Amino acid sequence: MRRLARELGPPLAGVAGLLVVWAVVSAFAGEDVLPSPAAVWSAFVRGVSDGTIPEAAAKTLIRLAFSFVTAIVIGTALGFGLALNEFARRSIRPLVVALQIAPSIAWLPLAVIWFGATERAVVFVTIVGAFPSVTLATIASFRQVPPLLKRAGRTLGAHGWELYRSVIFPAALPGYVAGLQQAWGFAWKALMAAELLLSAVRATGLGHLLARTPQDVPALLAALGVIVLIGVAVDYLVFTLLDRRIRGRRGLLVSG
Amino acid sequence: MTMAEALRDPIEPPPGAGTAIPKLSVRNLVKVRRSSAGSITTAVDRVSFDVHRGEFVCLLGPSGCGKTTILNILAGLDRPDEGTALLDGRAIAGPGPDRAVLFQEPALFPWLSVAGNVELALRLVGVPAEERRRRARGWLEAVGLGRHADEQPHELSAGMRQRAALARALATDPDVLLCDEPFGALDAQARELLQDELQRMWVQGEGAKTFVFVTHNVREAALLADRVLVMSAAPGRLVEEQRIFAPRPRRLDDPLVSRVVSDIHELLMSEVGKGAAS
Repeated sequence: MRRLARELGPPLAGVAGLLVVWAVVSAFAGEDVLPSPAAVWSAFVRGVSDGTIPEAAAKTLIRLAFSFVTAIVIGTALGFGLALNEFARRSIRPLVVALQIAPSIAWLPLAVIWFGATERAVVFVTIVGAFPSVTLATIASFRQVPPLLKRAGRTLGAHGWELYRSVIFPAALPGYVAGLQQAWGFAWKALMAAELLLSAVRATGLGHLLARTPQDVPALLAALGVIVLIGVAVDYLVFTLLDRRIRGRRGLLVSG
Repeated sequence: MTMAEALRDPIEPPPGAGTAIPKLSVRNLVKVRRSSAGSITTAVDRVSFDVHRGEFVCLLGPSGCGKTTILNILAGLDRPDEGTALLDGRAIAGPGPDRAVLFQEPALFPWLSVAGNVELALRLVGVPAEERRRRARGWLEAVGLGRHADEQPHELSAGMRQRAALARALATDPDVLLCDEPFGALDAQARELLQDELQRMWVQGEGAKTFVFVTHNVREAALLADRVLVMSAAPGRLVEEQRIFAPRPRRLDDPLVSRVVSDIHELLMSEVGKGAAS
């Protein structure tokens, strides 16, 4: 309990500070420029009770889950292949780096030409946004496996697939999980941008909510708040805790 | 036999070794090293020696003399550029669990518990799951880590980690143990404890295991070895062979052992001097 307080205390204090600043600015600037936290809260409650926010969040999360899992599969397979073959790595890795640096939303027009202004275009942009991080992290994590551990594994009789299973995969795990965490951030950003820009199409995601309510600023901010919360929650509850568990077990966490 | 004779015995297999094929045999081994700048140096220069079954041989020499390279070739982790390395008369093709290696660093797998490390070694040689647990515990007890079996490697001290590595190496009952300065990074006290432990285990094993132990520490070599092969500074050549007959378990204050230490030390100093002069 005390650990939880120590862990969550500072970020909650930050949120409280933000709310105070927000309320003050809102009071001076006027509700039409920046609605007060209370107004946004009531818009949120309205959105939840009339079903708009839960419905939009559900659609978005299904889209996201599909895109993210696909990106992980593609990214891992490509990364593993590139980790194994030096020529392929040296020829293809720069392209993947370029893809990661480019804003993935830039692919949306092309995606619309290929798939129409459809769900598939949104999913495409999300996958393109997320998989390069997975690929690059996979390559890096395999290449950073300490040679000594591989040698130790080989002298214990592990070779071929067995060496991967008992030494290389577990040794590469921390770097790989860090890559997934980064990919999650990219996927989430790409999806929101794509939903926002393709709001005309089956307008049912959180990004669409942003686009649909430009006059209703409290509702806009409520949707924005939900987007931020989902992003942070997954980042923390899935990836940060997983990463901490893996590193803690290996003595890689700096304590105190 | 006088003491001097006892110390300077010519090459002759130890009693019991007979005329059988040597456990390990190295013939005219050459290994060259290419630096990143492109220059080529000879790391190991036409080295030949045999190690008989149950023998404890120390490879002793100044740093950079190629002793680790020879050990890696015996382990199958490296290949010679010329010459042959044989195990039971057959060319060494790669690493295998018949030759356990103790590295300078413990090389424990950090994602596994101490017992998990030993159990993995047992799994890799096909020991069934329920027996793995029991045997891993047994070996950890034997190296004094019984109470630490469920801890993670990073929770142990450096000396305890190297003990765990020793348990992992011995657990699969290898014929040969190849040791690359395994105690070199430890503090003096931990090193002495582990040297004693290794002696004790080797004596208990009644010569069933063959050891090749690389070190630059003369005392360590005199304490552990049946035979010390002294190497020159780079390019590494064998310059001297010393057989040590002092009874076991040995102590450093044993006059026979301290005599060997001062002899080898003198020789080694002149070798280092040559290396520095060249």
